[in-house]
Amino acid sequence: MISLKEAALSYGERVLWRDLTLDVEPGEFLVVLGPNGSGKTSLLRALLGEVPLSAGTMTIGGRPPRRGSPLIGYVPQQKAMSPAMPLRSRDLVRLGIDGHRWGMGRAGRAVRARVDELLAEVGAESYADVPIGTLSGGEQQRLRIAQALATDPRILLCDEPLLSLDPHHQQAVAELIDRRRRRHDTAVVFVTHEINPVLPMVDRVLYFVDGRFRAGTVREVMTSHTLSDLYGTPVEVIRAGGRILMAGALDAAGHHHPGGEEHGP
Amino acid sequence: MNDVWHQIFNFTDYGALLALVRNSLIAGAILGIVGGLVGVFVMMRDLPFAVHGISELSFAGASAALLIGANVVAGSLVGSVVAASIIGALGMRARDRNSIIGVLMPFGLGLGVLFLALYKGRAANKFGLLTGQIIAVDTPQLSWLAATSAVVLVALAVLWRPLTFASVDPEVAAARGVPVRALAPIFTIVLGLAVAISIQIVGALLVLALLCTPAAAAMRVTASPVRVPLLSVLFATVSMLGGTLLALGSSVPISPYVTTISFLIYLVCRGIGAARSRGAWTRRGAGATRTAGPVL
Repeated sequence: MISLKEAALSYGERVLWRDLTLDVEPGEFLVVLGPNGSGKTSLLRALLGEVPLSAGTMTIGGRPPRRGSPLIGYVPQQKAMSPAMPLRSRDLVRLGIDGHRWGMGRAGRAVRARVDELLAEVGAESYADVPIGTLSGGEQQRLRIAQALATDPRILLCDEPLLSLDPHHQQAVAELIDRRRRRHDTAVVFVTHEINPVLPMVDRVLYFVDGRFRAGTVREVMTSHTLSDLYGTPVEVIRAGGRILMAGALDAAGHHHPGGEEHGP
Repeated sequence: MNDVWHQIFNFTDYGALLALVRNSLIAGAILGIVGGLVGVFVMMRDLPFAVHGISELSFAGASAALLIGANVVAGSLVGSVVAASIIGALGMRARDRNSIIGVLMPFGLGLGVLFLALYKGRAANKFGLLTGQIIAVDTPQLSWLAATSAVVLVALAVLWRPLTFASVDPEVAAARGVPVRALAPIFTIVLGLAVAISIQIVGALLVLALLCTPAAAAMRVTASPVRVPLLSVLFATVSMLGGTLLALGSSVPISPYVTTISFLIYLVCRGIGAARSRGAWTRRGAGATRTAGPVL
C-alpha cells in the first residue's frame, strides 16, 4: 500500500532520516516511535504530499503521494476547541466528505446519509447534534476518525491521536482504529510517543532516533540491545504486565515529552 | 437634562428626514449582510484584534484621502488592503499576528491623526472617520460601498466551505487538499475590504460592533453552520438599520445607537445561551459520555 525505497528527508543541512526502505501492506498496523524532532511527523507530511523527499522514492497505492488523496485518511492529535465553534458533530464529520470543495454547498440526501453512517461507525450518534466545543477529548477524537474515514481510505495516518486523552478514551479510540483496519484491511501508520495503548495491535515498529532508525516487529525492535544501539547509550527495556517500560538516558533525548512535535520550516 | 435627551432622541419631522437618509438605510442593510457574514469567520479564526488593527490603517488611508481631496472610500480601501497584506504576509501564526497588529495599530492611528490635523475642511468629516457618520451617505459613496460589498460577498460564497474547514482544523484541511496557506491571506484581504466599507458608516473605532458582536451573539444561541450566519446577518442588519432610524433627527452620530443595539442583542443571546447550557443545549442520548462500543 505504501512503499518507500531509499527514501531520505532533510531540511537544509539537517537530515531527519535516510535510506529508509519500507513497505506497508494493506491491513498492517505500523507504529512510528522516536524522540521529538526525529522525523515522525515529517514522515506523515511526506506521505500526505506536503513535503517532498530529498532522495529516494515513495509511492502510495503505486503512485507518488499527492495532497488531498482520497486514499488517505488523516487523524490529528486532539486539541482544545473553542466552545463557541459554530459546528455540531455531524458538521465536523461532513467536512471530511466535501469540506475541500469550493462554494457554500448544501448537504444533499446522500451526504446526510453518509454522515449518519460515519457517526454510527464510531459510535457517536448520541452526540451528533451537540456543538463540538462542548465535547470531551475522547468524543472529539471519535469524530476526527469518522471524518478521516469519509473517503473510505485505504490508509489511515494518525499523528498522536491518543495524546491528552485519559486511559479509558485512549483504549476506546485505539480499538476504533484497530477495528477499522481489521474489517476493511486499511493500513495504519500510527505516530506516537507511547506504544503501550496500542501494543496488542502493532504489527511492526519503525523507531527513529537522531537520523537513524530500526524497523521490525515489537519483539525485534523493542529490546535493550536494539534500542541501546539506536540511542547510542544504554537503554533498559522491561516487559511487565503486557506493557513495555524503558529506562535509561532517554529523557535527555526528549523521549517522554509529549506535544511540540517537529514541524518543518 | 431635557436638552441632552433631545439631542439623543428627536423624532420631529421624522417623515421628511426619512427621505433624506434613504441612502444611509441602503448602506446599513448592505453592511449588515457583509458584517454579519464576515464576522462568522472573524470569530472562528479568532481575528477581532486584526479587525481593529486593519481599521486603524484604513482610517489613516481615509484621512490621507480627505487631506489630498481624493475619494475617501478609495483611501480607506487602500489603507485596509495595505494593512491586510502586511498582516497576511507576516502574521501567519497567531502569536506573530497579534504582535504585528499591536505594532501597526498605533502607527496607523498616528498617521491618521496627523492627516486630520493638517486637514482644514469640516470638522464633522474628521470625526466621522473615527466615530461614525452624522451626515447622509451620498450616492457615489453608496456605489463604492455596494461594489466593494459585492466583491466581498462573491469571495465569501466561493471560499465558504474550505475556509470553514481551514478555520476549524487547518492540518486536517491541508491533508484533505484545502490550500490552507493561500486561504489565510486571501481571507485577510476580504476582511480588509469589509473593514474599509464599514468604517465609512460606523467609524474606525467601532467596526467591531459590526464585524464581531453580531456573530459572537449568534454563536451563543446556535451551533448550526446554517443558522449562525443567518442570525449574525439578522443581528448586524437590525443594529445598523435600528441605529440609523434612532439617530435620525438627533445631533449624534449613528454609531452609539448601532453599538448599543448590537451589544444589547449580544447580552440577550448570552443570557439565552447560559440558560440553555444548563438545560437542553448539550443534552444528548442516554449514557453518551460513556458511549457503548461502535455499532459496526
